[in-house]
Amino acid sequence: MHVSKFRFNDVKRLKLLSNQARIILIETLATSKSGHSAGPLGLADVFVSLYFKILKNNPKKPSLNSRDRLFVSNGHVCPIQYVVMSQAGYFPQKELKTLRKINSRLQGHPSRKDLPGIENSSGPLGQGISQACGAAFVIKKEKLKQRIYCIISDAEFNEGQTWEALLFAAKNKLPLTILVDRNNIQITGNTEDVMPLEPLKQKLMALNLTVEEVDGHNHLQIISVCNNAKKNKNTTIIICHTIPGKGVSFMENKYEWHGKPPNEQEARKALEELYAEQAKLR
Amino acid sequence: MVEFNEKLFLRKDFLENPVKESVRDSFGKTLVALGKKNKNIYAVSGDLAESTRAIYFKETFPERFVEVGVAEQNLMGVACGISLMNKIPFACSFAVFSPGRNWDQLRVSGCYSGNNVKVIGAHAGLNVGQDGATHEALEDLAITRVLPNLNVLVPSDAMEARKATIAMAKHKGMDYMRFGRVDYVSYTTEKTPFQIGKANVLIKNGKDACIIACGLMVYEAIKAAMILEEKGVRVSVINNSSVKPLDEQTILEETKKVPLVITAEEHQVTGGLGSAIAELLSQKQPKKMGFIGVQNTFGESGKPEELFEKYGLTSKNIVNKILKLTE
Repeated sequence: MHVSKFRFNDVKRLKLLSNQARIILIETLATSKSGHSAGPLGLADVFVSLYFKILKNNPKKPSLNSRDRLFVSNGHVCPIQYVVMSQAGYFPQKELKTLRKINSRLQGHPSRKDLPGIENSSGPLGQGISQACGAAFVIKKEKLKQRIYCIISDAEFNEGQTWEALLFAAKNKLPLTILVDRNNIQITGNTEDVMPLEPLKQKLMALNLTVEEVDGHNHLQIISVCNNAKKNKNTTIIICHTIPGKGVSFMENKYEWHGKPPNEQEARKALEELYAEQAKLR
Repeated sequence: MVEFNEKLFLRKDFLENPVKESVRDSFGKTLVALGKKNKNIYAVSGDLAESTRAIYFKETFPERFVEVGVAEQNLMGVACGISLMNKIPFACSFAVFSPGRNWDQLRVSGCYSGNNVKVIGAHAGLNVGQDGATHEALEDLAITRVLPNLNVLVPSDAMEARKATIAMAKHKGMDYMRFGRVDYVSYTTEKTPFQIGKANVLIKNGKDACIIACGLMVYEAIKAAMILEEKGVRVSVINNSSVKPLDEQTILEETKKVPLVITAEEHQVTGGLGSAIAELLSQKQPKKMGFIGVQNTFGESGKPEELFEKYGLTSKNIVNKILKLTE
């Protein structure tokens, strides 16, 4: 798909889907009374872009061998992945009510054995990117058509394993697109206070990766850079600048919202804002 | 005279003329043979291809050999990713590093995810020798045995390592196999049965004790049985190369006949084979037990035989333990 052919209506649809995903997310978190808020809100646009425009896969046949694979390394953002997967048709939306509850397929951190469509069980940071590298290695060696994508968080660069994996990706010029959720927060503070990462772009460039930067809330940019990455002979790593808590004024850019769900009152307030935005988008 | 189990087709003269063979060589060559038959076999190595003998695979199938460098966390993760593409990766390193250094990756990327990775822990045990304590894996059985969805195998000679390698490639799921650096006395043959989850009773009909061993301690157990026989003490010997899953039936049957059970392993006495047997017997058939292994201490540099002597891993130690406990 060429961006030039990308119609205004498509963008509008993706924006609506993303905002709707945020609404469903807040409802889901409020029901489960457990789960992360900030990261998932910030990643709604990235996940919608991936599931609705980038990944070549069939939600009704999640085990199809020819599918593109999305590895999620920062498993704690799974509530937004679940929401967008349900929007895309992987499972009925009502199942979201079971998030983090007993006997649910929607585990607190994603479990591939429980939920078809989840490519990797994830939680301990740094593990998803290594698995994405292994899968991309097979794609390259066996000249397969599938594309491998991986979402990682910025705080994941605190983990040594992330760097091990990036060295490996660069060495092998893996057919792999890595999307970094650069939201500048982690569980106990701002990333630059807890463990400074800047200059992140320069560090990644020094590894000989192809580094791109996008506004992580701009669907057009995300899709266009991902499309270009497919033609790139090198591994592409995209720094997606996102606002944690995006769409909910009192959560935006507040690390305190990294790991907790809204209570009833907070959820009501958040939903008011998100419904207002939905009305504006229509 | 000690009578060996005829159904196991053991080597006829392995006690009179002991021949030693390299277990890691056997693994490396078998991996090449498997790679020839099955294009889905991959080898992943953490900068230790020569020591683990994954180098044979690298030389034969460079396109299916994956070098991750000195990075064991990524080693396990990359292997899991390869498995997710329906391949059969053998992840090769030293046991102290893998699973020693990437246990979390083994746990989540491997076992919890239901992947199909064959984890090879080479240079396991005190026999690493001169490299000293940092490189002597004495805890790997404890940390692997505890993981769901993971088989734990400890071959006792080169031929058994070969069969275990083949069995792992066939089994769809996570497996861990550990072996040492030194050559082991070869006592089994092509015809000796091997199955994941099965124990082999090498010497049957013990009256006074049963020795359950794994790895290179199996040969020590056999020698101990010979010495004890001369002293009028009759023991049976089990090669328990499948530490997990445990062959409960065989172990319960064989230990039923004796008042004393001794375990022998090149590992800490806590958490490994001895603990597995104690967990079983204490619940289903309580027996007096003795544990031969490293006694809650780290190893050190030295020749393998010196270390076995100092840390109590010889046939003599097994004999003394049994004599003491049967007094």
